[in-house]
Amino acid sequence: MKRHLLESADLDRADATLVLDTAAQIDQALAGREVKKLPTLRGRTVVNLFYEDSTRTRISFELAAKRLSADVINFSAKGSSVSKGESLKDTALTLEAMGSDAIVVRHGASGAPHRLANWVRGSVVNAGDGTHEHPTQALLDAYTIRRRLGRLAGVRVAIVGDVLHSRVARSNVWLLHTLGAEVTVVAPPTLLPVGVGTWPVEVSYDLDAVLPKADVVMMLRVQGERMNASYFPSAREYSRRYGLDGRRMAALGDEAIVMHPGPMNRGMEIAAEVADSVRSTIVEQVGNGVSVRMAVLYLLLGGRSE
Amino acid sequence: MARSTEPARSPSSGSNPGVLLSAADVARVVDRMAHQLIERYARGGGVGDDGAIDPGSADGGLSDLVLVGIPTRGAPLARRLAARIEAFTGTHVDVGTADITLYRDDLRRRGVRALEPTILPDAGIDDRLVVLVDDVLFSGRSVRAALDALRDLGRPRSVQLAVLVDRGHRELPIRADFVGKNVPTSRSQQVRVHLTETDGADEVLVTDGRPEVRAAGEESQ
Repeated sequence: MKRHLLESADLDRADATLVLDTAAQIDQALAGREVKKLPTLRGRTVVNLFYEDSTRTRISFELAAKRLSADVINFSAKGSSVSKGESLKDTALTLEAMGSDAIVVRHGASGAPHRLANWVRGSVVNAGDGTHEHPTQALLDAYTIRRRLGRLAGVRVAIVGDVLHSRVARSNVWLLHTLGAEVTVVAPPTLLPVGVGTWPVEVSYDLDAVLPKADVVMMLRVQGERMNASYFPSAREYSRRYGLDGRRMAALGDEAIVMHPGPMNRGMEIAAEVADSVRSTIVEQVGNGVSVRMAVLYLLLGGRSE
Repeated sequence: MARSTEPARSPSSGSNPGVLLSAADVARVVDRMAHQLIERYARGGGVGDDGAIDPGSADGGLSDLVLVGIPTRGAPLARRLAARIEAFTGTHVDVGTADITLYRDDLRRRGVRALEPTILPDAGIDDRLVVLVDDVLFSGRSVRAALDALRDLGRPRSVQLAVLVDRGHRELPIRADFVGKNVPTSRSQQVRVHLTETDGADEVLVTDGRPEVRAAGEESQ
């Protein structure tokens, strides 16, 4: 493995499989245990450096690090010297001077973790940067698919919705491609990035045509906060054409699963009845996130690098 | 212990491996260890002249026994011991494996490695008689890590240790309760256990060490 995890492309097939296998072993080792803690990273310090709001990712990383006995420092831009104008670089160097071994960073600017990786000696884990990537989400999605369907190679995955703004979609496209899945992105033309033609995916504008062939439907959140122009006429129209409701879910194959990275806009991209159905892996994804992040932290920090 | 020590064989590495135990020897040693376990754990365990346990007293202690193998090669050894005990006494013995990678104290020096499964019997290990099983006892550090792992997995009534080969050079106050074979070695030598399940054949080899000095406590054999 490389020293940092900045994007899905940092993982080749062997590395990605190692992360998933490690997560599975950790899951199995901790299942049913009273003491859900391992001494592996005792004495290491992991800093959660969050410039954007987050519930599940930050808590998930915090729990993962704590279960491996690392010391965790949570830093959020609000209420820190960032509000006095301190730069990312100075903040990072400050944290490193205090002895952090890994920085888990979420930032609104695409590429911020790459910059960070050049400034610090420890490992950098990208926990979401702008509209670029969110590799641990892709890993936990792949892990969830593999657990539910038993395989990844040849699995047909439809990624539906706001692909343009979605770092989850980008990370998943590349990771799933590496792992041999066949990906179709489904979105209105206004919510597809310009370069989508160069991605290893098929593109469709018609959700109803894609659903019957899909093993996995991954719904994306419509990211209102990143939209400074109108990408579709109305929420109602978007929901009618690209939302997953009970009627559309009925078109899915028997084994097909429905995923969503959260947080959900219930009633917008996904209907409540779908989110709460047995096909939905949404809660499972959150639980798997902790195991996968434990695996990532172990593999990045456990031993000598390189 | 045995886990990592399959160094890439280069022409210069170690001279003529000496065979310490042949396949037949391994089978005999495993049988003897199984008998020793029966003797220790079967309630009132009287062993007859033919080596068979008196059926009347064969149960009880043995059903509380759990053989926990330390991957890689401790796991198949534990399964073999359980199978032999069952063959000799007719009593089923629970088997588990406990991966100790995440409990090692030398991760920083040796780097990360893929994890092996940790599988415990459904009945767990609480209040049971656990015997840790490993292939080679050397520094004792793997056993220390295994004891730490066991502490997190439950609270056995007792824990003992069974190893196929004890090669000496302990770095911690740890000793084995059941030893297949004691082998005096020099620190620079390597002891390699091969088992059919993991390596295709049963044998135990001793090779002279390669020129580079292994740091104390590293996971060689």
